[in-house]
Amino acid sequence: MSAHITSPAFKDNAKAALADPNLRKAMAIIAGPMAGRRVESASELPEFEALRDEAVKIKNHTLAHMDIYLERFEAAATARGAHVHWCRTPREARETVLALCRSRNARTVTKGKSMVTEEIGLNAFLEQHSIQPVETDLGEYIIQLAHEPPSHIIGPALHKTREQVAELFEEHHPDYAPNGIKPGPRSTEPQTLVSEARAVLRERYFQADVGITGANFLVAENGATMIVTNEGNGDLTQSLPKMHIVVTSIEKVIPTLEDVSTILRVLARSATGQEMSVYTTVSCGPKRPDDADGPEEMHIVLLDNGRSEMLGGELQELMRCIRCGACMNNCPVYQSVGGHAYGWVYPGPIGAALDPHLIGLEAAQHLPNASTFCGKCQEVCPMRIPLPKIMRHWREQAHDKRITPPMQRWGIEAWAWLAQRPALYRLATRIGMTALRAVAGSKGRLRSLPLADGWTAQRDFPAPQPGGSFMAQWKSGRRR
Amino acid sequence: MSNSRERIFNSLRRGLGRGPEDAKAQAAVNARLSAMARNLVPQRAQLPHPQQVKLFIEKITALTVTVQRVASTAAVPDAVADYLVLHNLPTEIRMAPHDELRALPWQKRPLLQLSEGPGRATDLVSLTPAFAGIAETGTLMLHSGPQNPTTLHFTPDNHIVVLRASQISGSMEDAFAKLRAQVGGADHWPRTVNMVTGPSRTADIEGVPVLGAHGPRRLHVVLIEDVPQDAAQAQQP
Repeated sequence: MSAHITSPAFKDNAKAALADPNLRKAMAIIAGPMAGRRVESASELPEFEALRDEAVKIKNHTLAHMDIYLERFEAAATARGAHVHWCRTPREARETVLALCRSRNARTVTKGKSMVTEEIGLNAFLEQHSIQPVETDLGEYIIQLAHEPPSHIIGPALHKTREQVAELFEEHHPDYAPNGIKPGPRSTEPQTLVSEARAVLRERYFQADVGITGANFLVAENGATMIVTNEGNGDLTQSLPKMHIVVTSIEKVIPTLEDVSTILRVLARSATGQEMSVYTTVSCGPKRPDDADGPEEMHIVLLDNGRSEMLGGELQELMRCIRCGACMNNCPVYQSVGGHAYGWVYPGPIGAALDPHLIGLEAAQHLPNASTFCGKCQEVCPMRIPLPKIMRHWREQAHDKRITPPMQRWGIEAWAWLAQRPALYRLATRIGMTALRAVAGSKGRLRSLPLADGWTAQRDFPAPQPGGSFMAQWKSGRRR
Repeated sequence: MSNSRERIFNSLRRGLGRGPEDAKAQAAVNARLSAMARNLVPQRAQLPHPQQVKLFIEKITALTVTVQRVASTAAVPDAVADYLVLHNLPTEIRMAPHDELRALPWQKRPLLQLSEGPGRATDLVSLTPAFAGIAETGTLMLHSGPQNPTTLHFTPDNHIVVLRASQISGSMEDAFAKLRAQVGGADHWPRTVNMVTGPSRTADIEGVPVLGAHGPRRLHVVLIEDVPQDAAQAQQP
């Protein structure tokens, strides 16, 4: 009962998304300003490309010694007074968190943004057990009110328009009255809406029995967990309640603060185009005996969920991911259909590469195909993860395991058979081109074509132009 | 879940194709953790100190942080009071119970009402010391401790930070190295180190940047110019 999966319905999800006018508006923001800010900030740092190479080296070294770094992290965190909990499955992680909350008789828990808690479906589980989770990141708060999953890993509510947010706030805080004055018709200005969420959530931080955050990094050197945020909600969440629970996954481990410093230089620039996110926080154990504030207990719940199996195989490079979201901001498919269409926690190119491993290829089979293979994701990935290569791996797996429909498999096999026989292939294309031109007639376009209704349902298919195939033109010396 | 721990490590080692006691791998990890070697540090973070201070001010100003430069600690209470007047704020300040802040000549501004302790939901203004400034990105490094409640960095609408120019360093690596040297080893590492780069912000509604999401809406730095210009010049190679 991890997060709900609708990935098998990707095609229908995508169709619905394309017809949603609100989503069109939201996606224009991601494809425009969000993708643009990365380019600007990267170009302002002459060393940016070299820093990406350094970051890749750090992660490759860490992955090659992941078991040892995790042991060192655990020893150092334990020495600082934190408790480390190892969980193989989402179920183990949920139950660990529940037991910890119960040990404090918790009724409300505040939450900083954490994709791993989405992955394990933590909120629904806590609610079932009469514990109220309160998301405090503005985007997460909005989608919690809307009962929706996040649509983007760093901007979970970017699919919502300001009007939709104002409606949700009207519905959920009908009595909100700043300075004792109930305003007239609710403003849709982001500034006003942010102030409202700030005021409403302010009390919740102080009431909460437990604060749950994720972690961007686990530092082996001193056993610290780190979060990187802009709002400050994660810091309030982890410093006010008596118990701080960090829920994260094992691949976040990093050797030293020097290594973290390098990765931070590419993280925010790739994510939001900032040089640094506003709050980068290093947390090391519970409060010290004489400290003026801080939690009395700190627990670190480390989820595997199949990640350890990625070492040494085709998917290892995925564990370099630092969850910046650049791949989705720059993906033409994500920009068209948005995050929900992917049907599970991690959308966009990283989801297309990762989700088949986490939820099974059967359920996620459409995701590696939701790509034009333009390569932009790999180009912008700060950790240079070969996302198209990994999607190709999944396509091959789906073919080999007979998960793709028989027609498709036979078609590809027939094409492969032909493509391996160049003379025959050229003859077949010549015949095909001549036939298409003949059928198209003087208009040079086809209104419908057998097996190609996916194309012709929306637009005409252009018939091949006279002059022969590309291969034929190349051969005849017409190169430009 | 000790069984889970074992199974996770077994699975990791299966992927890596080696056992837990691999001497070469252990040595590589030990070397990296003890060397704490720096990776590539951008040129911009390696300027001589006077230029670091200049860059720091440029960077935080660009983040909408305001800066008031004062010649000595004696001028800090005036600077704080001026800030409150400028923004039409009440004269109540929640201050970190820190020796250096307590030692300031507050008697010069008797109308300021100082209280000490962790942050509260209702505080409008907090006053804290900083551990370091990082010029590369205009970042403040602050940490927790008996005299440093970290909640003061997040709960109030206005956060005033007192920083000395001599605390400004070039890179994050410089600041971490300084902190390690001060605390003397991981055993004494503070519970929390906050690196703060500008006021709280969000772009979660339609990607529109808005300041003051949950943390301070405004961040103000009182910068004590404790490095005399000529001394700073002399430091240059």
